[in-house]
Amino acid sequence: MTRAPGPRGREIAVVAFAQTDHRRTTDELSEVEMLMPVLHEVLDRTGLKTADIGFTCSGSCDYLAGRAFSFTLALDGVGAWPPISESHVETDGAWALYEAWTKLLSGDADTALVYAYGKSSPGSLRDVLTRQLDPYYVAPLWPDSVALAALQAQALIDAGDTDESALAAVAARNRTAADTNPHAQLRGPVPHGEHAVRPLRAGDCPPVGDGAAAVILAAGERARQLCARPAWIRGIDHRIEAHGLGVRDLTDSPSARLAAEHAGAFDAPVDTAELHAPFTSQEVVLRKALRLDDRVRVNPSGGALAANPMMAAGLVRIGEAAAAVHRGESDRALAHATSGPCLQQNLVAVLEGDPR
Amino acid sequence: MPEVLKAPLAVEFPFTRSLGPVQSAFLTGLRERVVLGVRTVDGRVLVPPVEYDPVTADEIRDLVEVGATGTVTTWAWNHEPRRGQPLATPFAWVLVRLDGADTALLHALDAPGPDGVRTGMRVRVRWAAERTGAITDIACFEPYDGPAEEASAQPAPHTGEFADAVTGIVAPARLDYTYTPGRAQSAYLDALGGRRTVGERCPSCRKVYVPPRGACPTCGVATAERVEVGPRGTVTTFCIVNIKAKNLDIEVPYVYAHIALDGADLALHGRVGGIPYDQVRMGLRVEPVWTSGARFPDHYRPTGEPDADYDTYKELL
Repeated sequence: MTRAPGPRGREIAVVAFAQTDHRRTTDELSEVEMLMPVLHEVLDRTGLKTADIGFTCSGSCDYLAGRAFSFTLALDGVGAWPPISESHVETDGAWALYEAWTKLLSGDADTALVYAYGKSSPGSLRDVLTRQLDPYYVAPLWPDSVALAALQAQALIDAGDTDESALAAVAARNRTAADTNPHAQLRGPVPHGEHAVRPLRAGDCPPVGDGAAAVILAAGERARQLCARPAWIRGIDHRIEAHGLGVRDLTDSPSARLAAEHAGAFDAPVDTAELHAPFTSQEVVLRKALRLDDRVRVNPSGGALAANPMMAAGLVRIGEAAAAVHRGESDRALAHATSGPCLQQNLVAVLEGDPR
Repeated sequence: MPEVLKAPLAVEFPFTRSLGPVQSAFLTGLRERVVLGVRTVDGRVLVPPVEYDPVTADEIRDLVEVGATGTVTTWAWNHEPRRGQPLATPFAWVLVRLDGADTALLHALDAPGPDGVRTGMRVRVRWAAERTGAITDIACFEPYDGPAEEASAQPAPHTGEFADAVTGIVAPARLDYTYTPGRAQSAYLDALGGRRTVGERCPSCRKVYVPPRGACPTCGVATAERVEVGPRGTVTTFCIVNIKAKNLDIEVPYVYAHIALDGADLALHGRVGGIPYDQVRMGLRVEPVWTSGARFPDHYRPTGEPDADYDTYKELL
């Protein structure tokens, strides 16, 4: 089941969100030192303490900083003794949120802390990400993340779905929106620059950087106690494309569409969408798959083109969408997270505020 | 605050991977300059071939031979090749649908420049001179303006059987990082450079962590107050190592111990020397032994003091 249960079931909401300022490097901080202030901030927003949290789930990836079992050290920042109920996913924290959502649905917990962090600065991210690819046929060629996104962009151009100037407009709109986002790494107009891997230019690519994010989920009345206007998760689902890049139609995202259908995104219009589209061309794919027209505010935060802390950027999308509901700026928002090359895996959540 | 410490860190593994029957036939075929595909339940030909149908998840084993020529379905110009990529000179990444196949294969196209590349162009495999049964047996693709009749050829069934079939690959992988230990560990390492051991105290539970990691794992708060501990300490527990470690120039048997430095609330570990291995005991009082130019103690040796009372270290076991 991927839709929230009916009136007799449990309703679950995002009740708080916090994130770091996302930066190119954080040399002076270890991962836990970077993460901990965000954990404290998100707990402070609800008045909860670690001991009050029913379930904790995190998303991170050891390959980014080259530090084995780094998530166990990150737990130092939670205060995990005496032992807490805890889990981890080796992908974006949006999937950790999905696991926490199922935990709350089951009734095993009433509150959950979900966090994610990534330090891309110690390594060469384009090369690191090749290690997630098919190890038999693809990874031995070391095709970097920008190259794979560029293959998708060219397919879109060939199909007449976009062109280089339209992509430049996507970049400009996101980064102009980020002007009002104090956490963003790239803000305001950025030169579109030279080709990184043609047809993608530097401006079509996300900034590489370090950052962390955290949200708190709560069920039913607990959510109303902790937040004036909880962002209720009306549906959430994630789906995956076929494994081979050459098997897929790179101009479309059937998995994102299917996830959106199962999350109930098409049942009623959304007013806001936070899309995890690290490359400009991927926003073109997602707008089509998720049926977002010009009436929807897309990425008021600036999206992943303004800050793309690996493993956290998807969770940030859910957090930003929820925060818009908390502030009363959105009544029904769609949040999307992705993982893997060319939008390989996609998660869609629909968040709603109580009627005003 | 000492300056931020940095050090190069290379993570390198030779991943050894076994192959399924379809992958084995495909990679062995490349060694023999034959490109195989596999037929899906709905009759499509997948190249590169996989073990299971991407739509139905059925096991698929129906192999066919496709052409070594094909058509570019999308491309991207890579003007700065990176380490490990198929060509060292600028090239195009391409997805190529080989003649007879319904899906595309990712590889490199050797072309003089982006102006010579377009979707729909015809290309052919350039085989590597030395082939081992790997995707890199295809050195790259190259432009092809030969006859197009192969494009309409029906792929012929193939048994997938070859002499000396490849059953596994070894895929070396190396990633280079710049390691930075962060605030707390930088301070710890900086102090060690002056032969001092400095931990950090939790503002909440008051425990002193050595080495400090920046957070109290019990309270989940930042540790900041620096506290010099040691240099003497107490063996809280130990083991006798009987197996010689690779690249370690220490005679076995030797003792590896947890040592609670005076003033620390967490034991660190180190080797105990200067005493026969079978005389090391819990409660033994020890002190660090430094060698010239070292950035950390070489080992710990007995101080000659009376053994510590069990009650003084029982919480640190």
